Order: sequence, then C-alpha cells, then structure tokens
Amino acid sequence: MTWLTWRQFRIPALSVFAALAAIGVVLVISGMEMRGETNFSDQEFMYSVTLLVMYALPAVLGVFWGVPMVTRELEAGTHSLVWNQTVTRKQWLTTKLVVGVLTAMVAAGLLSLAVTWWTSPIDALADADPQATTTARMSPVVFDARGIAPIGYAAFAFVLGIAFGIALRRTVTAMAITLVAFVAVMVAVPFLVRPYILPPSEETVTVTDSNIWQIRGNENMDLDEIAVMEPAGSWALTNETVDRAGNTVSPLPASLHPCLPPLPGREAGVAAAPLDRLPDECIAQGFADLGYKQRLVYQPASHFWPLQWIELAFFLALSALVTWFCFRRIRHVS
Amino acid sequence: MIEFHLDGKSGLSPYQQLVQQVRHALRLGLLNEGDQLPKVKDVVASLAINPNTVLKAYRELEHEGLVAARPGVGTFVTKTLGGVSLAVLGPLRQDLRRWLSKARRAGLDEESIEALFLATFRTAAREDIA
Amino acid sequence: MTVLSARGVGKKYKRKWALSNCTLEIEAGHVTGLVGPNGAGKSTLLNIASGMLEPTTGTIEVCGGVPGSGPEQLAKVGYVAQNTPVYTALSVEEHLRFGAKLNPSWDDKLAQHRIERIGLDPKQAAGKLSGGQRAQLALTIGIAKRPELLLLDEPVAALDPLARREFLSDLMEAVAEHGLSVVMSSHLVADLERVCDHVVVLVDSQVRVAGDVEELLASHHRLSGPRRDVDTLPSDQQVISANHTNRQTTVFVRTEAPILDPAWTVGQPSLEDLVLEYMSNPVPTRPALEVLR
Repeated sequence: MTWLTWRQFRIPALSVFAALAAIGVVLVISGMEMRGETNFSDQEFMYSVTLLVMYALPAVLGVFWGVPMVTRELEAGTHSLVWNQTVTRKQWLTTKLVVGVLTAMVAAGLLSLAVTWWTSPIDALADADPQATTTARMSPVVFDARGIAPIGYAAFAFVLGIAFGIALRRTVTAMAITLVAFVAVMVAVPFLVRPYILPPSEETVTVTDSNIWQIRGNENMDLDEIAVMEPAGSWALTNETVDRAGNTVSPLPASLHPCLPPLPGREAGVAAAPLDRLPDECIAQGFADLGYKQRLVYQPASHFWPLQWIELAFFLALSALVTWFCFRRIRHVS
Repeated sequence: MIEFHLDGKSGLSPYQQLVQQVRHALRLGLLNEGDQLPKVKDVVASLAINPNTVLKAYRELEHEGLVAARPGVGTFVTKTLGGVSLAVLGPLRQDLRRWLSKARRAGLDEESIEALFLATFRTAAREDIA
Repeated sequence: MTVLSARGVGKKYKRKWALSNCTLEIEAGHVTGLVGPNGAGKSTLLNIASGMLEPTTGTIEVCGGVPGSGPEQLAKVGYVAQNTPVYTALSVEEHLRFGAKLNPSWDDKLAQHRIERIGLDPKQAAGKLSGGQRAQLALTIGIAKRPELLLLDEPVAALDPLARREFLSDLMEAVAEHGLSVVMSSHLVADLERVCDHVVVLVDSQVRVAGDVEELLASHHRLSGPRRDVDTLPSDQQVISANHTNRQTTVFVRTEAPILDPAWTVGQPSLEDLVLEYMSNPVPTRPALEVLR
C-alpha cells in the first residue's frame, strides 16, 4: 500500500520539494551575506516573501496534496479497485495519512527552519529594541511564520484536505472549502486561543514624556487615547489608560484635549496656534494631575518557544480530531 | 478426439448439444471405444462455456453407459453406438409411409405434416429426457 | 456450500429503493448471471456483496463473512466495478505490481500470462488503453487475485465480440481450474446462456426469479391454443404472461408438472425468452397457488 501511495504521491511531493529547495538555496545565500549586519532595510522585499511563503505552504499542502489524494480516487472510481484488493479502507486511509502528513510536516519543518534562520538577525533586533521598526516574533503576523508551529499547521491543513475530500468527493469544491476553512482557523486561533493559553504579563506604568508610543485623536483632532511603549519583543494584548481606581478611561477626558493642536482652519480666522509645550509633555503632565496610569497586558518575548510548542501540540490535536472524523466517514463512502 | 461446437439457434441447451454431438460422433464412427473425450478445461476454453455444463453433459453420457470417467486422466468412450439394422428400419419406414398418406388424405399439406411431426417428435423427446 | 446468502437485503437512496427485500442463496462453484433492466438494482446488489455499499435493511453473508469486514474477507471476494476503473497514470506492469503488493494470494504467473495473451504492452500507461483493454486489465487483476467469489458488473459491455469470447473463455477456465464462483451482471443474455448455470432476474429492484438455468428452462413453457381464460388453467401453473387475440391465447407458464392439456401447442423458451418474459411482466399475471401460500 505504501508503494502505491508513494507512486501516486511522488509527483506532487517532488514538485513542492523542488520549489522548497530553490527557496532554501536563495535563503542560504542571502542569509550568509546578512550575518553580522544590523541594518536590514534593503531586505524588506525578501522579508515579505518569507512571510508569504510560510503562510502559503500549509494551505498549498492541504489543497494540492491532501484534497487530490482522495478525490482523485473517488472521482476516477479507482477506490472501488483498490478497496477490493486485500486492503481495508482503514489501511488505505492510514497509509495515505501517514505518508502525506509526515511529508507535509517535513516540508513545513524544513521551510520554517530555513526562514527562521534567515530572519534570525532581524528578529533578534526586534527582541532587543522596543523601538525597533521590525515586528516582534511574538506578534501574530510573524509568530505563524517561525519555529515549529508551521509543522502543526501543515499537518492540520493536510488532514483537513483529506477530510473535505472524503466528505465532498469533488476535487475543486473540496479544494475551495479546505482553503476557506484553513484560513478561518488560522485567523481565529491568534485572537481566540493563543492569548489565553499562557497567563500574560501585566503591569501598570506611569506615563512619562519618554515612554509615550502612540497618540490617537478622533476626527476633530481631539485626543482620544494613547499607548505607551511595550517591552521589546512582546505581543501586547492591552495597552489602555486607567484611573486611580483602576477603571478603564476611554476616550480621554476633555481636560486633556488642549494637548493636541486644534485642527487648522476649523474655526474661521483662528490659525493653528503654536503650542507652548510638546503634546507628550502635556499628556504626561495631565496624566500625573489626574492620577491616570497606563495598564499593559502582554505576552513577553520569553513566551515565544513555550507558545510555539503549545501551538504545535494544539494543531496536532486538531489534526487528530479531523483524522478521527475521516476514519468514521470513510466507512460509509461507496 | 472430437471438437465441440455450439449452435445458438438449435433450440437445445448447451449441455444437450454436447450430449447430442457425442452421440452423433458415436453413431457415425468418429468416436470409438477407448477414445478420449476432450478435457473439460479444453472444452471450456474453446467454447467459453461453463465447466459445469460440460461436466453435466459428461455425467449424462456416463449415466447412459456410453463413456466412463477415469479420475485424473479423462473421460473415455466405453461403448459404440452401432448403426441400426435394415431389418428394423424397413418396417418402421413402411409404418411412416402409411401414416403420411393418411395425413394427406386428411387434407394436410407438406408444411403442416412437417410441423405436426416436429412438434410431436420434440415433445416426445423432451418427455423421454425428463 | 453457500457463497452468497442475502436475507431481506434492501438499499435506499434518499427516497428511492435501489434494491428491496432481496433474499437470495448462491451456491459455490456456480456461475450466476444477474440480469434485469437498467436501474433494476444489479449494480447495487453487487456493490453490497463486495462491501462497497452498506445495505439499508437485511443481512448479507458472502463467503461466510460480512462483506468488506476485513482483509481475510477482502481476499476471498473479487470485484470488478462497472466502469472497470484503473489508475490512468500507472502502466500495465505497475498494475500487476499493485495487484501483487496488495494481495497475499496473488497469482503472478496467471496475471503475466493473461496480459501477454491479451496483447497488452506492459509499459503502456493504463490511461492510454482502449475501453476493452482497460476492462481486460481490471479483470486480470480480479482473476489473478484468486478470490473464492468473483463479482463482475457488466464485465463484457466494453469488449468487442472476439475479446468478449476470449474473456469469457479465460473466466471459464479459471472457474474450471480453481473452482472459482462467479456472479456477473450482463445485458447480453446470449453470453450468459453459455456461461451461466444459474440466473437471477431483477426487476424493479426486486428478485423476480432465480434458480438453476436448466431447471428454469425445463419448468417454463409457452402455451398457445384457442382463446381461453387463464383462470381455467390448472392451479399448479404460474402464469407469467398472457396474451389474447380474438381467437388465440398465448400464455407463458411456470410449472413442474407436464402440460397435459392437448389443446395447447407447447413451445420451449430459450433463456433469453424466459428473461424477457419476466422483465416485461414485472407483476405476476396469476401466481400459482403454492406461491401464494
């Protein structure tokens, strides 16, 4: 059965691995040049490409490996040939899943290894400097494209493809649904699951003119809310203003509005008056007067690897659940 | 050794045709005592018919005492069907002639006589087999 | 020994019964023909027997086990589906390798011999074979697996007359040599007449008549004679069909007893006549009393 599975699977498998090898070569050559550098502004394009490839790979594996692995048999009717040899459906499905899932995990693992290595100097910069312009590894955008979690995504996408293939039997439909379902899970997990797995760090900081990171105004240029600088390499979940009693203050009271320059030309004849102080100083002073502080809730950089392991385990568990569904369902396919 | 053939329009089942062909061959002297009948496997392969049909035909011939099966070797002819003597045929032909003129007198034409004869003959033959 | 025993087997798709209340016993060592109009449930029955489909009602036992229940069961039953599916990307040779890898009982000599005799190029991709060649390949896999029971769904439909004869002859050879039992569906009753010793007629998803071909032929008669009412026939004669003109009545009856009434001209039906009579008269015109009991 392994022979047959590999014989059917070798072309899609080899094409993906050929593409991965090409990407790997480019990353190694470019990565060698980047060692020891500290300014990576010229790598912006490559950086975006690595993110894109990392997002795309699990989806590609689910859609182009997982789905056709079963729908091609069901559509061509060859399942009735193979299921009538001395091979049970269970054995047939097990072989396909083992061969496919392992290959998908290896593919995602290799790509993630290459990308994680290539971006390591850039990620190190983000982890070291809270004012770095690059995104921290902990932030959802980057987290999904580093480390070992992608191995779990690949396994999950693959079994999802198999499951929809069995359930829908039509290649194109199953491909579309697999893609939609996979993207939905990938979007939902960072918001609904990941923040709550490990208890986040929490601190309340005094606002000074040096730690204000963002000032947001409303459409009238009235001060709405502010954010303070977050610890380097962390993923902020909450960055909000609280009063003395610890209650959230949003939007900020009108007494702080004069800290922002009025919108030019809003009142006829009144030109934008030069402010006697910088907004940061004004806000810091205002906060001190009102007794306001800024509350920060975040996943620190140190949670990166624990969360990667948890995410891998979570997706493998999800894959197991989908696999269970596949085995239940295959019994009733004719 | 003889070779079997099947005629789809004979009105006889494949097994009856095989029996009949062996009987004819015996009558015509194509098969003699000690001759081997084609192996079941060969008949099956050449005619694309069910082996059970061939076995059934051979069993029928065996039952009639015409052939005997030697396990592992094949089926062999044990008896020849000699031609019927003129002494027997003569009177029978006389009877038939008399019956024919009777039928003509009754107004039957050639076709009607043939139809009547065949229908009676077949029914009688079938009842004998059954 | 029974190779197939179905009790009240039915299969329902959405609202329509593809097969209903099918009760059937098929003895080992026989070649059974499954005939009936399209959509009568032939494929459904074969699919259920092979384990491809689960019956909605009833129980079925094939070669002493539940269809598709495990490797031992699968080894005992071979099945070639109607469209004779093969892997288009795999070559003929690779199909034989596939058969060898997937079946412990694989007879490679038989398979190689058959491929050679059919004249298939071992290197050719199965996707480039003609419909007939594809059927031959699928059938080769089915025979070389050396099952106890081989289920064939319209196996000769795609073959030309010569290939059909060759295939049936190979099949019969396998039956003679290995004691293989066969259940095959076909539209070509003339072919079935040669190769089948048992026949099952399915009409409107139900078994209409089943039995030994010789016995069925011996117990069915076409009677024609002066016009009369079928109710005047002896009670042991089951009337399958009755046609009347203003002078003449023709009835097709089933009876074990000889026809004694001299008014009838008795005609002997062929298997094809018999099958057609049952197919064109789905409901018995007048069942025999013993059937009613």
